[in-house]
Amino acid sequence: MLDGLQGLGRATLDGLASLGRSVVFVLSVIANLPSWGGFLLMVRQVYAVGVLSLVIIMVSGLFIGMVLGLQGYNVLIDYGSEESVGQMIALTLVRELGPVVTALLFAGRAGSALTAEIGLMKATEQLSSLEMMGVDPLRRVIAPRLMAGFFAMPVLALIFSMVGIWGGKMVAVDWLGVYDGSYWGNMQGSVGFWDDVMNGIIKSIVFGWVCAWIAVYQGYDLVPTSEGIARATTRTVVYSSLAVLGLDFILTAIMFGD
Amino acid sequence: MLSRKIEIAVGMFVVLGVAALFFLALRVSGITFDGERPTYTLYAQFTDVGGLNTRSRVTLAGVPIGQVRNIRLDPDALMAEVEMAIYKEVSTIPLDSSISIRTAGLLGENYLSVSPGGDLEYLQDGDSFESTSGALNIESLVNQFVSGQK
Repeated sequence: MLDGLQGLGRATLDGLASLGRSVVFVLSVIANLPSWGGFLLMVRQVYAVGVLSLVIIMVSGLFIGMVLGLQGYNVLIDYGSEESVGQMIALTLVRELGPVVTALLFAGRAGSALTAEIGLMKATEQLSSLEMMGVDPLRRVIAPRLMAGFFAMPVLALIFSMVGIWGGKMVAVDWLGVYDGSYWGNMQGSVGFWDDVMNGIIKSIVFGWVCAWIAVYQGYDLVPTSEGIARATTRTVVYSSLAVLGLDFILTAIMFGD
Repeated sequence: MLSRKIEIAVGMFVVLGVAALFFLALRVSGITFDGERPTYTLYAQFTDVGGLNTRSRVTLAGVPIGQVRNIRLDPDALMAEVEMAIYKEVSTIPLDSSISIRTAGLLGENYLSVSPGGDLEYLQDGDSFESTSGALNIESLVNQFVSGQK
């Protein structure tokens, strides 16, 4: 009984300490962002987390758009309003699935890689060697990765939505025979740039921050053993997914919940 | 130094992102850049505005000519007063035009429809429509039908 209580208290305190460390960590990264020289380091990281994630993002977006087209068509045809399928696909993708699914894929594809990479650097004491040489690892290693995640995520979400809408068009218009003009016309009539597209972009920016933050922090803070790296990588994916889905509800409630 | 391949790949990534943004803006949301068209204000009083809300369309012959800016209750007349912003270029609405609340499709949203009259004078900024007809309330229609009242 007493042991259980003690364990609970310790777990709570550990959790709080870890949260506090991660906030201090991200603040100290932001406080000494690298200048122009660091920008080139960031470009390399954008390549790693953004360009290399492009294939999985585009393929997933295409298939999700196609499934939305097929499902939406089958439901809407009962009401004779299959012309609205474009509107349904676009709103679903731009508001919800674009940012959320991209963030989940991003956490799995790029976040886990970031954690493992930084974790291995820590385990093989590359980070401490950098410090020994007078190079701040936060500046040299962490900051470019954090900023790259922050930058790449909204771009990936935009590409995801675009490919999805195009995939939905392939199924609904080219295959099932919805009239092309009403596919785009209904879409343009109901999707607002500021209300829908911009809110989706804001969501993806928030998700990008959270995913990149969790990934680099888990890498930086892990126990430097092979088991520790494995655990931290898992934690990155689990925490990122939970944070993204939870935040998505909160953001949706703020943006569309009035 | 960065290899040139990586630079090009990242550049293409950014270009693709910007293209996606333009696609979503122009093709999907159909944004128009003449957003703030100059408008003037007209008023109309209704006994029932139904599902009309701010930003609902105002149309003439089916063409949008403005939107609802504000709906409030006139406490003296106990009627709904609708304030609408009409585009400046549509300045020739006859004084005796009537305005009614319509529904797009069977279950669609409400919008305002102006039926032009024949007067030679035109409605000016701040004027009100004389003849209005409110929203069709299906429930009260059904009630009338069921209870056999005319």
